[in-house]
Amino acid sequence: MADEANKQNGVEGASPAERAKPDPPGYFEGESMTRRRAFTIAAQGLGGIAGAAVVLPAVGFAVAPIFHRGKERWEAVGPVGDFVEDTYRQVVFTETEGIGDAGKTTAYVRKGSKQLGEDPKSIVAVSNRCAHLGCPVRFVEAAGNFICPCHGGVYDFQGKRIGGPPVRPLDHFQARIRNGQVELGPRYSVTSQLEPVRARDPGEFTGGVWEYLYPPRPSTFPPP
Amino acid sequence: MKLDSLIPAPLRKPAKPGQGNGARGAAPADLKTTPPERPSDAQRLGDKAKDAPADVLAWVDQRTAASGFLTGMLYRKVPKGTNWFYTLGSATLIAFVVQATTGVFLAMFYTPSTTQAYASISHINNDVFLGQFVHGMHKWGSSVMVILVFLHMGRTFFFGAYKYPRELNWVIGVVLLILTMTMAFTGYLLPFDQRSFWASVVGININGTGPVVGPYLSDFLRAGPELGATTLSRFYAIHMLLVPGAISALIGAHLYLVVKLGTTAPPWLRADKPKVAAPVSRLDAGAEGNGNGAEPTR
Repeated sequence: MADEANKQNGVEGASPAERAKPDPPGYFEGESMTRRRAFTIAAQGLGGIAGAAVVLPAVGFAVAPIFHRGKERWEAVGPVGDFVEDTYRQVVFTETEGIGDAGKTTAYVRKGSKQLGEDPKSIVAVSNRCAHLGCPVRFVEAAGNFICPCHGGVYDFQGKRIGGPPVRPLDHFQARIRNGQVELGPRYSVTSQLEPVRARDPGEFTGGVWEYLYPPRPSTFPPP
Repeated sequence: MKLDSLIPAPLRKPAKPGQGNGARGAAPADLKTTPPERPSDAQRLGDKAKDAPADVLAWVDQRTAASGFLTGMLYRKVPKGTNWFYTLGSATLIAFVVQATTGVFLAMFYTPSTTQAYASISHINNDVFLGQFVHGMHKWGSSVMVILVFLHMGRTFFFGAYKYPRELNWVIGVVLLILTMTMAFTGYLLPFDQRSFWASVVGININGTGPVVGPYLSDFLRAGPELGATTLSRFYAIHMLLVPGAISALIGAHLYLVVKLGTTAPPWLRADKPKVAAPVSRLDAGAEGNGNGAEPTR
């Protein structure tokens, strides 16, 4: 009688140890994964996908501005006749739109100087943003230098650093002449030899190996 | 009386003689001759009202078992030598609570827009009732909090309280320090006056001097190549939504570990020697006497 019952229960010939562990529900011959494990993996996978569907767009939303380049913007700052080659004229124009006065910036503009080996027809527009940490520098007529009030950075007439903590010359703005008006465009940085490179933030070196240590950002415009 | 039942028995005050027999004083002297006085309705109502707070607490406690947790936390043992330096952590917590509270009320009047931020701060300072006071508490409180965080860190360092098994709490504390500095940095821009504008320009540019990732970090903070309209709202969101949540959560973890691991004794405290010289034999004299309650100074 006992044998018959065992047959029905499918434990004939099983050792006591095996009998203590019945097959889990849904077991079939040759399964590679228990039902419980399959469901665990499926639930965690679905949870991960659902979480990623929420988190990834949010992170992308916050990070996207790094890869976004705004529209190129040119602004007329005065007729060509206003500018001479042996001193700067200070102009204020809008660099970032939509934020009122906070978006304005100052440039020091002059004609190219033959004495300094520049094209006399060109326009030189030097940004007043200090290359140390971004304070506004001032052109001091008597000294012929740019001087920064914050930490004592000093630049020569061309904007090359001659003293203090700045790491590179002052930035420039692209400049062109349209209909007799001088127009200023996107910012660009220069190396210590005044070669144009993509705009860098203050405090970042330019030229040589520094071009890799402070890589150009996709949000800036290519240099002229 | 009923409130006492929430305190674990060993911590409870013993009842005074003659008072241990219920709310209505001692039992009558002669129960045989004097029948027990029936309380009037008013008296019974009064008793019920007196018990009401304890009843409410007991109701909550039965469903949450919070009293066990709370007594474990509030009546935990602290080592000998615990002194005023140990209050710096709580002081920092209070500073954070003050910042959170005043910040919520400032947010009721503040407009995170480049064209209106400065005007809204002027409005708070000049027009709103007690506005300058609340703004001042928030402004000076931020410095207080940063100073307290550093003092608290110094206490932990000099007392050796960062050592095993409290390393993880030190790590959490460092993250909290960084988050506090983030709060101070992002909050500085919000008044949007000349000082905060240029300070943020300089601060962002300092971030940018980190090699390789620095330039991108600056762009992330500014939401573009120049400080613009979205920079302020970005700083505002970080200042008031992102970081406070993270700080609150980490303070919870920080406190949990403090309660779980206990605090350390100050380093100048040695394990106690017996105060009265016990008659020890010459053979035992070398052994450390450490059986009277002092925590080891780990």
